[in-house]
Amino acid sequence: MLEELVTVSTVVNGKHYRRVVEPRLLLSDFIRHDLGLTGTHVGCEHGVCGACTILVDEKPVRACLMFTPQADGHAIETVEGLAEENGELHPLQEAFRDKHGLQCGFCTPGILMTMKAFIAQHPKATEGEIREALSGNLCRCTGYQNIVEAVRLAVSRIGGSS
Amino acid sequence: MKPAPFRYAAPRSIEELLALKAEHGDDAKFLAGGQSLIPTMNFRLAQPAVLLDLNTLPDQNFIVETSSGGVRIGALVRHSDIETSETIARSHPLAHEAIRFVAHPQIRNRGTLCGNLAHADPASEMPAVMLALGGRFHARSAASDRWIDASDFFLSIFTTALEENEMLCEVEMPPLPPGSGTCFLEVSRRPGDFAMMGVATVVSLDEAGRCAEARIAYCSAGETPLLAPGVAASLAGEEPDETALLNAARQAAEEIDPPGNVHLTSAYQKHLVAVLTGRALRTAFARANTSASQ
Repeated sequence: MLEELVTVSTVVNGKHYRRVVEPRLLLSDFIRHDLGLTGTHVGCEHGVCGACTILVDEKPVRACLMFTPQADGHAIETVEGLAEENGELHPLQEAFRDKHGLQCGFCTPGILMTMKAFIAQHPKATEGEIREALSGNLCRCTGYQNIVEAVRLAVSRIGGSS
Repeated sequence: MKPAPFRYAAPRSIEELLALKAEHGDDAKFLAGGQSLIPTMNFRLAQPAVLLDLNTLPDQNFIVETSSGGVRIGALVRHSDIETSETIARSHPLAHEAIRFVAHPQIRNRGTLCGNLAHADPASEMPAVMLALGGRFHARSAASDRWIDASDFFLSIFTTALEENEMLCEVEMPPLPPGSGTCFLEVSRRPGDFAMMGVATVVSLDEAGRCAEARIAYCSAGETPLLAPGVAASLAGEEPDETALLNAARQAAEEIDPPGNVHLTSAYQKHLVAVLTGRALRTAFARANTSASQ
């Protein structure tokens, strides 16, 4: 009944994976070390910085605050899943490039995943709503101004507001 | 850091879960949203030998209205479920208003209401909301099944009336009294931060427009969420005009005696108690007026 190793079956960026893991393996480490998807960054490892934010069943969550067995049967999307297979960037990524929404880039994957879900739910988001939605992701380089501008641009392109 | 090794089970029924808990006792921890437990495990402040994961339980993600107009919320209902629940927005706008102050969206997508309440962080919003609403908590173990009033549940910092093998498996919010209005307010440094002070109010008006009943609860005010029964008693029977509201605000700052912390002094917290109490009561009475005139 109690297990020391657990078989996990999950879909990451549309690809099916099946692995046997220790239950204590954090989902962030599973994604980076077992699957080799190092776009998901690990900052604080206690749910404060937001760098490891991924989508689980289309909702943003902290990958460092889930154990890997909890992903069994669920669909995950990481930053690697944003761009098209031919390399064409997602409109969010495009907007971050256009507005210089990153400097060192460490926090960027978590912000992109958080904002992907946010814009889907708030296609007409105002700057105030954007700033509140960004509050769970820390950036130590930019002062947030260009991040906010990048998200506003992405909102106008994706959500179709002016 | 990485958590210490543990053994893991993801049972398919509450009975199986509670039997495992009875077998392993203090060595075992329940894992629901994990948004407080996993950080402490990552720091190795907590090193449970066994984790019992609730997330695979069927039918625990319910928000249902009772025949009396109350609402029952199951063990796997996440903060974001409450945020988007039209039932709760209509029946208990206080809970709906307060839930947005709980951490960040990423945390709310995972954390559960029952887990949050069982964690009993005195800075947390929802324990104060449950005190103000007069909520009831359903605790179960393999050997017991009982309901605990919110006012008897929170004993100290991170300490509740739950016995060793009991799980908080459900919360019930009773219906609001007729002619009532509610309001939740807090001050924090940034959205999603812990409250420097937070207040949850439920008031109701009688037919003459006087305060029939008031319940005022605070978070970040002491070792547990706190009620201000003295303020509530003074308001009862009074017309809620500006004088009464200012007196209530002043009285609240005398009745509530927050300890202060590394970020803010006790005196500043008292100031926040006065300001937030006045504002929250003003809004709650205005909402009660609106609901009474409909």
